[in-house]
Amino acid sequence: MTLLGQFALWAALLLGLWCVAISFSGRWQGRPELSATVVRSVYAVCGALVVASISLWVGLINHDFNIEYVAAYTSRNLPSYYTFSAFWAGQKGSLLFWAVVLSLFASAAQLLTPRRYADLMPHVAGVTTAVVVFFVCVMLFAANPFERLGFTPADGRGLNPQLQNVGMVIHPPMLYLGYISITIPFAFAVAALLSRRLDTGWIHAIRKWTLVSWLFLAVGITLGMWWAYVELGWGGYWAWDPVENASLLPWLTMTAFLHSVMIQEKRGMLKRWNLGLIVGTFLLSIFGTFITRSGVIASVHSFTQSNVGYFFLGFLAVAGVLSFTLLYTRWPALEAEVRLESILSREAAFLFNNLLFVGIAFSVLWGTLFPILSELVRGTKITVGPPFFNRVNVPLGLLLLALTGVGPLIAWRKASAANLKRQFIGPVSTGVVTLAVLLALGARDFYALMALSLAGFVAGTIVQEFYRGVRARRRMHAESAPVAFGRLVARNRRRYGGYVVHLAVLIYFVAFSGMAFRREMEATLKPGESVELASPFGHTYRLTHMGISQYETLNRIVSAATVSVTKDGKPAGLIISEKRQHVDSFKRPTFEPSTEVGIRSGLQEDLYIVFAGSVQGTEEAVYRFNINPLVWWLWFGGFVLAFGAVLTMWPGGGPLATGPTRAQAGYEVTLVGAGAK
Amino acid sequence: MKAGHKFLLGAALIVGGVGFLIAEGVKETGVYFLTPTELAAKTASDPTFVENVGFKVGAKVVPGSIRRDQDARTIDFVVSDGVKRYPVTYRGLVPDTFTDANDIEVVVEGRLGRDGIIRATDVLAKCGSRYEAVPEA
Repeated sequence: MTLLGQFALWAALLLGLWCVAISFSGRWQGRPELSATVVRSVYAVCGALVVASISLWVGLINHDFNIEYVAAYTSRNLPSYYTFSAFWAGQKGSLLFWAVVLSLFASAAQLLTPRRYADLMPHVAGVTTAVVVFFVCVMLFAANPFERLGFTPADGRGLNPQLQNVGMVIHPPMLYLGYISITIPFAFAVAALLSRRLDTGWIHAIRKWTLVSWLFLAVGITLGMWWAYVELGWGGYWAWDPVENASLLPWLTMTAFLHSVMIQEKRGMLKRWNLGLIVGTFLLSIFGTFITRSGVIASVHSFTQSNVGYFFLGFLAVAGVLSFTLLYTRWPALEAEVRLESILSREAAFLFNNLLFVGIAFSVLWGTLFPILSELVRGTKITVGPPFFNRVNVPLGLLLLALTGVGPLIAWRKASAANLKRQFIGPVSTGVVTLAVLLALGARDFYALMALSLAGFVAGTIVQEFYRGVRARRRMHAESAPVAFGRLVARNRRRYGGYVVHLAVLIYFVAFSGMAFRREMEATLKPGESVELASPFGHTYRLTHMGISQYETLNRIVSAATVSVTKDGKPAGLIISEKRQHVDSFKRPTFEPSTEVGIRSGLQEDLYIVFAGSVQGTEEAVYRFNINPLVWWLWFGGFVLAFGAVLTMWPGGGPLATGPTRAQAGYEVTLVGAGAK
Repeated sequence: MKAGHKFLLGAALIVGGVGFLIAEGVKETGVYFLTPTELAAKTASDPTFVENVGFKVGAKVVPGSIRRDQDARTIDFVVSDGVKRYPVTYRGLVPDTFTDANDIEVVVEGRLGRDGIIRATDVLAKCGSRYEAVPEA
C-alpha cells in the first residue's frame, strides 16, 4: 500500500504543478476549455490525495509496523478508534491530513461557488493548489508518511497517553479544519486582486467560508481548552502557551474580518484593510503551523524539532511577499467610497473593534516571539509568561466586551442623542445593577467585577434587541410571542445568529472571570484522613482519602486514588484520580506516567482532584485539590457559540444573507439607508 | 473637529494603549531565560543578581541527583548544561514528565540564594519523546 500512497503523492504533485502553472500564466483567459481543465485538475489532485490517505489508513489498520509512521504512533493493543485517529497524531500523517482536507475544501469551493463568480475560479484553483503542492512537497522531500523501516518491529511504540482522549480525536482535526479552510477566503481575495474584480463580489462568495473556518477554529480552540483541562492536570485550561497562542492568532484576525466586511458591504469602506486582514489571517495560520512543527519556541504541545520548520518559514516568507506585493500594486483601485461621518456611529464602533482585535493579536504575537526577538536584539533571552498576556489582554478584552454591547445598538453613519438614549438606557442600567449586586455579595476582584458587569450590559443589549424585534413583529403581523420570536430569528438569521454568538462570548467572559476566584490546596493524606476546603460560593467540601488500588487494563497499569467527598455535610460521591503507566503488548512501559484528573463538575464550580503520587509505595497519597468556579459555563458557551454560528450561516434567511449580489464587476452598490433601523 | 480626526485620535489612543501595555508588561513580567553558564556569568558580573532577580534556567537534570521528600512535598535535584551545575530545591508538585529517567530537560523558574542553591517557584519538564517517539531500533 505504501507504493500506491507514494505514487499518489507524486501524481498529486505533478497534477498540482500543472494546475498552478496554467492558472498563474493566465493562458486560460478567453479559453473556456482550458479554464475547465484547470478546475478539473483541482479534483484530480484531490482524488490522488484521497488515494494516498486511504493507503495510510490501510497501513494503520493492518498494523503494518514496517511503515515508520505506523510503528511510531500505534501499537497492537491501542483501541481501534485511536488507531484511526493516529492518522493525524504525528507530524507526517497530519501533513497528509492537511493536504487532503485542503484539496477537499478546494474542490468544494469549485463545486459550490455560484456561476456568477466563474471568472474568479481558475485563480482560486491556482492559489489553493499552490498551497496543496507546498504540503505535498514537504511530505515528499522532508516528512514522508510512507517511509519504510529497514526491519519490521513486532509491535509499535503506541500513542502518547495524553493523546488517548476523546477530545484528542476531535480537537486536532477541528483546529486543522479551521486553519485549512482559511486558505479558501485567502484564495478568493488573491483571485479578486489578480482579476481586478475588486467589488464586494469576492466577499459575498466567501462569506460562508469565513464563517466555517471561524467556527472550526473557535470549536477547535474550545476543545483544546477542554483537553488541557481534563488531561494536563495543572488545573486550568489556558496557559498562553505558544501553540495555544498560535491557534488564537488567526481566530482574532478572522473575527476582526467578520466584523469589518460588514462595513465594506454596507458602506464601501475598508477595502484595503479587509484584504490585509484576510492575507494576515492566512499567514498567521501558516505561522501557527510553523510554531507547532518547528520547535523554535519551546512548548508542551509541539511536535519534536525537525527541518520541516524551514519549509514553513520559507513558504511563509514567499506567501507574505507575494500577497502584499499584489495588494500594493492594486492599492489605488481600493479607494474607499465614503468617509467616516461621525465618531458616534456603528462604523466607528466596528473600526475600534477591529483595532482592538488586531492589537490583541499583535500583543499575543509579540509575547510569543519575545524570547527570540530579545535574543536577537539584546543577546539575552527574555521570556514572558501568563502574567504578561493577562496584564495586556485583560484590559483590551474588557474594552472589546464593552464594544460588543455598543456595536449592535449604535446607528450606522451618525447616531443622534435620541438614538443613544433610547438604545442605551436599558443595557447600561443592567450593567450597573449587576455591579451593585456583585459588590453587595462581597466580590472584590476588580477585573472580574468589570467583566461581569460588562457581561450584564451586553446581555442587556441582546435581550433588548430580541425583545424589540419580537414586539415589532407582533404589532405588524399580530403574531403570538413565540411565533414572532421564531419568525424574527428565521428571517434575519445573520443578525440574530450574530447576537447568539455575542451571547456565547459573554458566557466565555463570565467563565474566565470565575477563575479569578479559584482555590487551591495540596495535601498528603493517609487512608481515612481528610481535609476541608471552602469554595468561593460558600460551600464547604470535606475530602477524605479512601485508599489506592492498583490494576492492569487494556494498555496500561493504573494506580487509582479514591477520595470521598461531602459537600456542606451531605455525601457527594467518590472521585477517582489515576496515575497511569502505559505499556505495549509485551508489558514494557511506553512513555512517562500520566495523570488522569478526577473532576466533579457543576454549574457553580468544579472540584478538580489530581493524584500526584503515593509516598514510597504506601497507601499514603499526595493530592492537589482545586475549586474552579464557573468552568462548566465555558463548555456550555462553546455550544452556544456553535449554535449561533450555524444559525448565521444556515442557507436562506433574510435579505442580508443574500445581500446585493447583483453588483456587477467594477460597480459598487452602497446601501445608504440600510443602516437606519 | 472632523469625524476622521476624532477617529484618528481614538485609534492613536488604542494603539498607544496597546504599545504601553506591551512595553510595561515586558518590563514588569519579563524573566531572563539563561543556561547555567550564562547564570554564572550574570552573577559574577552583577552581584545584586543573587536573591533579587527572578529568572528561568533551562538545563538537564543530572542523572541520579533527584531526592524526593513526599511528606514535605519537596524535591531537590541538580541541573547542568555540561559546564556549570546548580542545585535546585522546589516545594510543590512536579509534572508527570519530570521522571527519574536520564536526560530530562527542565525549565526551572526561581531565584538564586546566597548559598548557591536555586529556590524554584516553578518546574517544567520537557521530554524529547513527548509526542514524537523514536521507535527502539
